[in-house]
Amino acid sequence: MTVKLVLRGKEHEVKAGMTLLDSLRRANILPEGVLAVRNGQMIVEDEILREGETIRLVAVISGG
Amino acid sequence: MKCKTCGQKAAVNLRQHRLGLCADHFLEWMPAQTARFIKKYQMFGPDEKVLVAVSGGKDSLSLWDILTRLGYQADGLYLGLGIGDEKNPYSAESHRLAEKFAAGRGLKLHVLDIGEVYGQSIPQLAESAHRGQGRPCSVCGVAKRHEMNRIARDLGYDVLATGHNLDDEAAVLFGNTLGWQADLLPRQAPVLAGHDGLARKVKPLCRFYEKDMAAYAILRGIEYIYEECPFSVGSTSIYYKELLNRLEADRPGAKLAFYVKFLEASAGGLFAAQQAETGLPLFLCPTCGQPTAHEGQCSFCRMVSR
Repeated sequence: MTVKLVLRGKEHEVKAGMTLLDSLRRANILPEGVLAVRNGQMIVEDEILREGETIRLVAVISGG
Repeated sequence: MKCKTCGQKAAVNLRQHRLGLCADHFLEWMPAQTARFIKKYQMFGPDEKVLVAVSGGKDSLSLWDILTRLGYQADGLYLGLGIGDEKNPYSAESHRLAEKFAAGRGLKLHVLDIGEVYGQSIPQLAESAHRGQGRPCSVCGVAKRHEMNRIARDLGYDVLATGHNLDDEAAVLFGNTLGWQADLLPRQAPVLAGHDGLARKVKPLCRFYEKDMAAYAILRGIEYIYEECPFSVGSTSIYYKELLNRLEADRPGAKLAFYVKFLEASAGGLFAAQQAETGLPLFLCPTCGQPTAHEGQCSFCRMVSR
């Protein structure tokens, strides 16, 4: 009953059935700092995450 | 969430504008908005030659992509900084990606390697100048500004464009405001006019969130350097961006309002006294001939001659 969020190689497991936004908050990931990609497609915060899937998170903040 | 234009599933949520867009309409919206800001801030005209400073990152490559999509005469400039090692070849990889981008689109890319031209890479320059305490960011900034200006001027470009996004600008503004840097506040603007040997500098992406720039690069299939500059890890600018993003998470649009209201206040004359001081005449560096704020050698020439 879990979903994997993968950010810079680190996996975060969250419950399936929540929105992406709630999942990010549960995983203590700032939503403004990442983009979420499911099977090559970008998804937005209200998307419900499904059991067993892996969501790739792309960090968007850079310095310099 | 659905695309406001076509009703299909949204790929991007622009919370600051309460706007959801699908991939296709987002990729149309970005250049249209960029064109609007180029016109609004009077950055450059359709016949002017633009030099885009490219780092291999998402913002500068996306800027180059957008400008060429809009039909501007835009060439690229890549500066080799000599950062990284075998384990993390940061500069080598960013150079490769800039070259790949240019070659794939038939665009002209000028390349200058600081180490080859001046005998020392950026980390070496910082060490020999005893600046930065192991973090060469200030030396890097001085060198980039100097070389970008020199090349834009020498090669006859009308304007130098950089890929600074709104998060970059808001972080700088936040830092300057925290320190009440009255001398620095009026120098921050989407356009810095060219004068006395200084190239005009423009920031066409200054109204776009960093997250939206990353979305653009990904949706356009632009391959960019994902790894951070090793010296930017733990930097103050990233810390400020995170603070502002925490605010943004609770109050969508807060970052945009912070920056845009600053621009409006600046245009309304809030910094008029300080602006008068920044318009003081410049001196010419006896070594390189570029303008400098103080008599004698400019900061860059002092650094490389040590």
